[in-house]
Amino acid sequence: MGYTLNFNLIWRHFDKLWGGLLLSLELAVISIAIGIVIGLVLAVWYVSAGRAVRTIIAGYVEFIRNVPLILLVYLVFYGLPTVVDIAYSAQTSFIATLSLYSGAYLVEVFRSGLEAVPRGQLDAGKAIGLTPWQRLLDVRLPTMLRITLPALSNTFISLFKDTSVASVISVPELTYGAQWINFNTFRIVEVYLVVTAMYLLTGYTLLFALRLVERRFKAAR
Amino acid sequence: MLSQIIYALPFLAEGFAVTLWVSLLVVVLSLIAGVLMGVGLVYGPFPLRWAVRIFSDTIRGIPILVLIFFVYYGLPAVGLHLESFWAAVFALTLFKTAQVVEYLRGAVGSIPKGQSEAAMAIGLTFRQRLVYVIFPQAFRRFLPPWINGVTDAVKGSALVSLLGITDLMQAINQVIGRTYEAMPLYILGALVYFAVNYALSLASRRLERRFSFIRE
Repeated sequence: MGYTLNFNLIWRHFDKLWGGLLLSLELAVISIAIGIVIGLVLAVWYVSAGRAVRTIIAGYVEFIRNVPLILLVYLVFYGLPTVVDIAYSAQTSFIATLSLYSGAYLVEVFRSGLEAVPRGQLDAGKAIGLTPWQRLLDVRLPTMLRITLPALSNTFISLFKDTSVASVISVPELTYGAQWINFNTFRIVEVYLVVTAMYLLTGYTLLFALRLVERRFKAAR
Repeated sequence: MLSQIIYALPFLAEGFAVTLWVSLLVVVLSLIAGVLMGVGLVYGPFPLRWAVRIFSDTIRGIPILVLIFFVYYGLPAVGLHLESFWAAVFALTLFKTAQVVEYLRGAVGSIPKGQSEAAMAIGLTFRQRLVYVIFPQAFRRFLPPWINGVTDAVKGSALVSLLGITDLMQAINQVIGRTYEAMPLYILGALVYFAVNYALSLASRRLERRFSFIRE
């Protein structure tokens, strides 16, 4: 009651939010880059592997998809160092977690993409004498990437939002910046209004830009 | 080590009950709100359609964590005092409602237009058309993704631990605070979440296969 909006303190500490936004984007970009490598390797392996390997890959995918991200973040940051003797920063820990997390989602994306590549293309590759490696690298993967591009951009945008969970281990990304301003200035409504606008603006700008890229590389039907 | 964990089991079970209770509330409330708003989005007049679209796109565009903090810290500032438990349930319900709206839109949109037109031609009212023609068919398209989406409520509920609510996640952290057995407890917690969510995903997949015989 009687709450009047006052954004002055938010602008004074805006560097916390701006720096946070850039770090959120950085975390998302690095994680999806590593996630794409994990996803590609495991998906290609999966479609050509025997039962045992398939079960292990499916186990990894199902485990990650069915456990809350925050628990995985805690597990890697607080749990893992108690059993293995390595030291890493909160940021490294979060990137590792989010990479494994996105990798699991991308295995599924790429696997169904690989299966959607028309059989005739592979046969045609064989007919003109391409080796199995050439068929994979020059025929199957490029077509698969075009097919999976929309799912890939959706994954990226949802990863960008998931970076907010990094705040629980004090990685100074956007949500952490919001909490800092929340606790230090008590301009609560203002800071969350600004941060909500920043997430929305960034997310939809990314979505719009990625849709343009998709249109450029649309798979021929 | 093992004895400490066994000693903590009843406490963890209480946390798990809170997790299930939060998830259940969120799932039920969001189902009601989401279906109503979804119908508004598909059949409503322009301003309503517009309002639901903005609601859904806004909620789905921000992280759940930000939504939870916004509701929890922001509502008292505008004069609404909710207990942390209900603030968390409210925030998660907003997030799930936006999902349900999209599931409903997708499911209803997949029913051929001819069905609606035929129902109109035999003189059914709007309510009859929904209840007897559209919903029974859309139900099969709605159910599998919706059940799969329940896992998002269960996973999202782990974030309520950040408001000091002793759900499974928070119970695990508290037991770790006393016993320093981080790894076994996190793994135990992961397995519990996994068991619940994997069962839901399996059910969703099975239903999808069961309903997949229906083609236009």
